[in-house]
Amino acid sequence: MNNRHIYSLSVVLTVLSLALFYYKAHVLGFPVAPQEQTQIWTIEAAVSFTPGPAAMKATLRIPGLTPGYSLMDENFVSRGFGLTTRSALAGREAVWAVREATGPQTVYYRALVYKDPQRQVEDTTPPFPEFPELDEPSKIALEGLIADVRRQSADVASFTTELLRRISQGETDPYIRLFLNRTDTPADRAHLATIFLAGAQIPARIAHGVVLRDRAGAVQPEVLLEVHDGVEWLYFNPVTLQQGLPQDFLIWWRGDEKLAEIEGGSALGVTLAVQQSLLDSLLIAERRAEQRGSHSAEFSLFSLPIATQAVYSVLLMIPIGALAIMILRNFVGIKTFGTFMPVLVALAFRETRLLWGVTLFAVIVSLGLLIRFYLEKLRLLLVPRLTCVLTVVVLLMAGISVFSHRLGLQPGLSIALFPMVIISMTIERMSIVWEERGAAEAIQEGVGSLIVAAIAYLVMEIAWLEHIIFVFPELLFLVIAATLLVGRYTGYRLLELRRFKALMPREGQA
Amino acid sequence: MSVLRRYRGLAAEGVLGLNKRNGDYILKFNPRHLYPLVDDKLRTKRLALQADIAVPELYGVMETQRDIRRLPEIVKDHPEFALKPAHGSAGDGIVVISGRSAGRYRTISGALLDEEFLSHHLSNAINGQFSLGGVPDVVIVEYMVRFSALFERISFQGVPDVRVIVFRGYPIMAMVRLPTRSSNGKANLHQGAVGAGIDLASGVTLDGVIGTQVVTQHPDTTHNIAGLQINDWNTILDISARCYELTGLGYIGVDIVLDRDLGPLVLELNARPGLAIQIANRQGLLRRLHICEQRADFNAPAARRIEFAKREFQHPVGPIIDTAAVEVAVA
Repeated sequence: MNNRHIYSLSVVLTVLSLALFYYKAHVLGFPVAPQEQTQIWTIEAAVSFTPGPAAMKATLRIPGLTPGYSLMDENFVSRGFGLTTRSALAGREAVWAVREATGPQTVYYRALVYKDPQRQVEDTTPPFPEFPELDEPSKIALEGLIADVRRQSADVASFTTELLRRISQGETDPYIRLFLNRTDTPADRAHLATIFLAGAQIPARIAHGVVLRDRAGAVQPEVLLEVHDGVEWLYFNPVTLQQGLPQDFLIWWRGDEKLAEIEGGSALGVTLAVQQSLLDSLLIAERRAEQRGSHSAEFSLFSLPIATQAVYSVLLMIPIGALAIMILRNFVGIKTFGTFMPVLVALAFRETRLLWGVTLFAVIVSLGLLIRFYLEKLRLLLVPRLTCVLTVVVLLMAGISVFSHRLGLQPGLSIALFPMVIISMTIERMSIVWEERGAAEAIQEGVGSLIVAAIAYLVMEIAWLEHIIFVFPELLFLVIAATLLVGRYTGYRLLELRRFKALMPREGQA
Repeated sequence: MSVLRRYRGLAAEGVLGLNKRNGDYILKFNPRHLYPLVDDKLRTKRLALQADIAVPELYGVMETQRDIRRLPEIVKDHPEFALKPAHGSAGDGIVVISGRSAGRYRTISGALLDEEFLSHHLSNAINGQFSLGGVPDVVIVEYMVRFSALFERISFQGVPDVRVIVFRGYPIMAMVRLPTRSSNGKANLHQGAVGAGIDLASGVTLDGVIGTQVVTQHPDTTHNIAGLQINDWNTILDISARCYELTGLGYIGVDIVLDRDLGPLVLELNARPGLAIQIANRQGLLRRLHICEQRADFNAPAARRIEFAKREFQHPVGPIIDTAAVEVAVA
C-alpha cells in the first residue's frame, strides 16, 4: 500500500538528484574528479605605435566568435587612453583613442580562454556572396576555372580543396596564372580563394587566428579559409590544404582587414603572445555557470567563506558515514553502542588516522571503564557519576596528549578531537552492559562499535567521495532515497542467517 | 553453504527476522502511543488488575529518592519481596529479596545486601540507570513469586517464566525460559538461560535451546527438558489472549510466572518481543503469523481465539526440524 508511495518518492529523489548532477557535471562542467584542472591560455596582443601631433585612434580586432574556445576573462591595459569595444564585420574591435600623446606608446589586450567543446555552432548562415567585379578576360578565366574545378569535385568541401590545390600550384595552372601576380602569402592565397568561391556562389571568408601552444612566447597569426556548405562552416588550411579546424587553433578575427589599424599615428606594430597555464576546473565551471545565468553556482556551497566551506566538506560526509552504519546495522546486523556514536568516533578518526584512532579509543575506553568500576564502589548518583566519568575522560585525553608529546608522537595530540561526551556515555553504557549481561556481551558490543566506526571512517575518507559530495551536494538526495528503501527492507540480516541456523530446513544442512 | 541458499532456507521455513518484525509487525500493529502501557510496569499492573488478570500483588512504589527510606515500612509485613524498576528492560535492575538476617537483606541467590548497598541500587534505578534512554524511573515493590515446583528439576535458582507471543489477540507461540548457573539465575536467553518451546495445544515442553544450540537436558540439573506438562495451561493461554484487549497492541510478548499458590501471574508485557522463541520452538514465527492473517477472525472473543490457536498451532505445525539432525549439524 504505502510501499508504492515510498518507491515513487525514492524514484523522484533519485531522478532529481541525478538530473541536477548531470546538469552540473556535463553542462556546467563541474569536475567529477578531485583536483581536476583545465588548461587555460592567456593570450596577449601588445599594440605599439607612435602618436601623431593631433588626436589619434588605434583599432585592434579582438576575439569574438571562437569555435571550440570560450573567453573567461579579458582586460585592457591602456593608461590614459579612452577605450571602447564594439562589434564589427570582422568580429569585435577595441578602439583606443587619445587627443594628445607624446612618444611611443604600447597598449595591451589580454584574455583568458579555455577549451569549450560546446562553443561550436553559434554562427549564423551567411547570405550568398555577390559575383566579384572583374574585367572581361578575368571573368572568363574565372568561369572557366570554376567549371573545371566543379567537374573534378562532388561537393563544397572537395570543390574548395581542389581550388586551393590549384592555387598552390598557381604557376602551372593557366587560369590561376592570370590572377597570380602577388599571391605569395597564405593570406593572399586565401583571399584569392574567396574571390573564386564568390564566383561559384559559395560563401567564404578568411579567418585569422593563433595556435595555442604549451610553450609561452610570441606567436604569428595564421590564416584559415572558412567556407560555408549551406549547413555549417568548414575550415581549410590554404597552405597544407588540410580540412577541419586544427585542435589548438583560436580564431582571433575574420575578414580581409588587418589585425590593427591606426589613424593619426605611425609605426604601428602588433605582437601576439600565448601562455598556457592550469586552472582549477571548479573556477571555470563557476564562471561558466555565471555566464549562462545559472543560479546553481550562486546558491552552491562555493559562495560560502572558505572556512565555512571546510566545515561543510566534513559535515556533508556525515550522512555518508550514517549510510554505512545503516547498512551495517540493517543488512549485516552488527550491534553498536548508540545508533550514531560510531559516526562521531569516525569523524575523530579523520584527525588521528585509523590505527592511532582505534588505539586511542581503546585506551581511553578501557581506562574509563576501570575508573567507572571504581566509582561504582563509591555508590554515586547517576548524574554526578556521569559528570565524574566525563571529567576523567577529559583528563585522560589531556594526559595522553602531554605524554605522547613528550615521547615525540604527533598523533597523540589530535586526540583532543575525540567526542568526549559520547565516549563518557559509551563508558557508562558499556559498564552497565558489563554488569548486567556480562563482560562478553559488553566487549562484543564495544568491538562492534569500533569496527563500525572504522568502516564508517574508511568510507568517509574516500577523497573522491568527499569531493563529489561537496561539489554535488544534491547527491545526498540519493542517500535519502536509499534510506527510504532500506527503511522498508524486511528481509533477513546477514548475521541472522547464522543466528537462525538451527531453523534451516534439513535438506539444506547437508 | 552460500548466503543465498541460507537466506532462501530461512524464508522457506517462515523465520521472522528483526527487520521484518520491526517493519511489518511492530510498526504496523503497535501504535507508538500505546507503548507507555507496557513500558511502564506499574501501568501494566494497574490495567491488568482492572481487567481481572492476575498479577503479583503491589506492595508499594518508590518515586523519589526520599521514598527509598520508606522501604522498611513498605515491606514491614512482607519478609519476601521483589524490587523492580518500572521501566527496566530484559530484567535489568530487578532485585529479589527472600529474607532478612541481622538487619541485612538476603537475595534469592543467597547474597547479603546491606541497607546502604540497596539504597544505592534503588537510587540508581530511580535516576534511570535501568530505563531506556536513562529517563527518571520509579521502583515497584511487589510480591515475590514463589515459583511452582513444576520447573524445579529443570532450572537453576531464579524464576522460570513462560513467554507467549500474542498476535492481535491470538497466542501464536510460547516458550519457557529456564535460568541456568551461567545466566546467574536470570530467565534471560541472552545471558545463557535455556529456552524451551511449548506445544501450544497441550502445554507440553519441547527440547530446549541455549543460544543457538539445541539441548535436551538442563545443563545444571541434567534433567530432560522435553515432555513436561505445564499446569494451568488453559489459564495461561486465556490471560495471554486477553492481554491484547488490555493494551490494544497487536504484537506483544506476555511474560507469565507460575506461582505455587496463586497460579499463573502476568509479570510484564513486551511490545518488542525477541525472536529467540523461534529457535526454542524450532519453527519460524512468520508461518504462524501468516496462518493468522489468512484465516483468523480478529473480532472473535478470547475463547474462540484460543480454540483457533490450539487447533492451528498444535505441535508440530508444518515441518519441524529433527532435533537429532540439528545437533549433529551444530556439533
